[in-house]
Amino acid sequence: MVPELGQGTLLAALGLALWGSGAAVAGGRWDRAALVEAARRAALAVFVLLSLAFALLTWAFLAFDFSVRYVAHNTNLGTPFYYRITGVWGALEGSIVLWAWMLAGYTVLVGRRARERARELYPWALAVLLAVLAFFLLVMTVAAPPFRRLDPPPADGRGLNPLLEDTGMITHPVALYLGFTGFTVPFAFAVAALVTGRLGDTWITLTRRWTITAWYFLSLGLLIGGWWSYHVLGWGGYWAWDPVENAAFMPWLTGTAFLHSVMIQERRRMLRLWNLALVILTFSLTLFGTFLTRSGVIASVHAFTQGAVGAFFLGFLALVVLVSLGLLAWRWEAFRSEGELDAVLSRESAFLLNNVLLVAAAFTVFFGTVFPLISEAVQGVKVSVGAPFFNQVSVPLFLGLIFLMGVGPLIAWRRASPANLRRNFLGPLALGAGAAAACAALGVRSALTLAALGLTAFVTGTIVLDVVRATRVRVHRGQRLLPALAGLLRTHNRRYGGFVVHLGILIIAVGVTGSQAWSVQTEATLTRGQAAELAGYRVRFDGLEAREASNHLKVVGRFTVSRGAGPTAVMEPAKKFYPQEQTPIAAVDYQSGLIEDLYLVLGDFARDGSRATVKIQVNRLVTWIWIGGLVLTLGTVLALLPEPRRAAA
Amino acid sequence: MRRRKLLAGAVVIVAALGAMIYTGLTQSVVYFVTPSELQAAPVAGKAYRLGGIVSPGSLRWDPQTLALSFALTDGKATIPVRHTGTPPDLFGEGRGAVVEGRWTPEGYFRATLIMAKHSEEYRAPEPGETAARHRELLRTLQQDR
Repeated sequence: MVPELGQGTLLAALGLALWGSGAAVAGGRWDRAALVEAARRAALAVFVLLSLAFALLTWAFLAFDFSVRYVAHNTNLGTPFYYRITGVWGALEGSIVLWAWMLAGYTVLVGRRARERARELYPWALAVLLAVLAFFLLVMTVAAPPFRRLDPPPADGRGLNPLLEDTGMITHPVALYLGFTGFTVPFAFAVAALVTGRLGDTWITLTRRWTITAWYFLSLGLLIGGWWSYHVLGWGGYWAWDPVENAAFMPWLTGTAFLHSVMIQERRRMLRLWNLALVILTFSLTLFGTFLTRSGVIASVHAFTQGAVGAFFLGFLALVVLVSLGLLAWRWEAFRSEGELDAVLSRESAFLLNNVLLVAAAFTVFFGTVFPLISEAVQGVKVSVGAPFFNQVSVPLFLGLIFLMGVGPLIAWRRASPANLRRNFLGPLALGAGAAAACAALGVRSALTLAALGLTAFVTGTIVLDVVRATRVRVHRGQRLLPALAGLLRTHNRRYGGFVVHLGILIIAVGVTGSQAWSVQTEATLTRGQAAELAGYRVRFDGLEAREASNHLKVVGRFTVSRGAGPTAVMEPAKKFYPQEQTPIAAVDYQSGLIEDLYLVLGDFARDGSRATVKIQVNRLVTWIWIGGLVLTLGTVLALLPEPRRAAA
Repeated sequence: MRRRKLLAGAVVIVAALGAMIYTGLTQSVVYFVTPSELQAAPVAGKAYRLGGIVSPGSLRWDPQTLALSFALTDGKATIPVRHTGTPPDLFGEGRGAVVEGRWTPEGYFRATLIMAKHSEEYRAPEPGETAARHRELLRTLQQDR
């Protein structure tokens, strides 16, 4: 009964989304407020129906309704409670339900303010949002129906992919999809701007918060993905340039470019065409990412093989790109009256260069990701493009971006005078050079590491310089230090929110640089009582133990670790054996610290418990990547605070 | 004038990016080869991914030194492979494997990465099959304590 109800709900939502989209177009075209209002209510109804469908699917998981194919494939009687809930979005069908549900939520929320503030744009934006929703609902009803029956129902389900039994996997897809779907909102308003010919700033100022929110969740999704990879996959890394990671990283890069270039349009009326193109590109890349992930065209650790869905996404992507390019061409004449760049040394050109580098990085990632496909199709040669390519090409681009992160916010608009440059950059440059020299003196030899650390110090210097100066002005006016600082952050929350986000990125950069440069590892086979040493740590093997969990068996290695004369601790890396899997899954154990993490992975072991092979890693500064994520969160919150009234200031 | 400057800048940037991508690709693309293809034209020092079946009787692993050696075959040619580390689960004689690494002048393939081939299709365990295996593992370990 529940599956039929769910299927019916989705069909009704599809009908309503199509109808609403048509009504919104008609309402916008002939200026009929009643039609627009009807479309808005249709969007509300779609949201309610999708919430119901989501609840029904969750219910099917909780009730072990194995007559539903999706439930039978992604859970079993032993799956713990939490993972039965998160199993709902653990695979293809459910993840599309989650995606559409979030998009419907955004659509409803957007209507609350936009229909008052942007009467002309809103109907068209609503039409686009509902059309995208209709596409996802079509996928759910035709290509990947979550409520499809399995006849006869099995006695027990197959179980969730064990790698997904982790808190990281509860939150990672949610954050990532909030990011992906979030970019639909600025895209929808960009299309509305193109259709109506209102190519001014309205669509940008209206969607500014949405863009920041989407960008933030996408960043968070990537970071949680890295954290999951680090503590679940057992290779000690957090980023593998896997096609699926790349799929999420590309829209992040273009979205970041968009976030910066809109500031130039708001301030200088430049780059209008570029901004529209960027947001279209970003949205298209979210679709392309989904296509890569879901179609199985590219072999990847977490690609699901689903042919029909891939074709759907490719078709929709083609439609989006064609319609968008058509609209851009149609409005081509309107972009002629662009403002012009005054000088090479100016904030405009710093931002422009930042955009060029970000798009270049996105293109590099794109090219490396699809190159194996091209090579096989054109030359018939199977190749793989791995981390060395991506690191080699993108690291210089990222270093350039870090440099610009210091330059952009402080250099003068229009044309920077030598005095402006000296005043703002002499100190930070000296700091950066000093930091690099100090690191070199301490024995750092890699040019890339030195460059990364020096640039990070330089940018930190610019941020500190700016904050100190602005705070000092307030202190001179008689305020106390802390209120002065708080007041500064509050009144210019956009600027300083951005600075805090930059600090977060810098902290992440330090974590990435440090872990790449200074991590060490070894692998050893130990008999009971024997110990291995690495970087001052002593790791002693004390034996094996077997434990049973509700849905798997665990072989736990007991290791006593100590450092010098310090206290000892017991660490228990394990191997988990799931009945539905051909191979065991490694369960990492690690102690994290601000300087370094000790990270143990159990390898091969003797069945009698006399011997075990263990991989020992000392991963340096990795924790700072996660701390950077927290700082980035604070910065985003600061940037999103409502702008204070200027009159009161 | 300004337009021309911008255009020149764009050309320089695109050319630089193109050059970076081109050198990146030529240096780090890894070619998939079969044992026959590698035997026909081995280039020492070049990175390959080599796929084949682990020849029966060729697998040696010393848990103390972690030295792993085996031969990969496609029926026509057989390539000796050496690696340091633990063999992955599912790796074994008569099974498929893909290794990544370089051909050495000494006449063997030095692998830095070993991937055992999973069967692509999900196969439901026979009733009780894996469970029985797991119970046995559990028993041996518990007896031991």
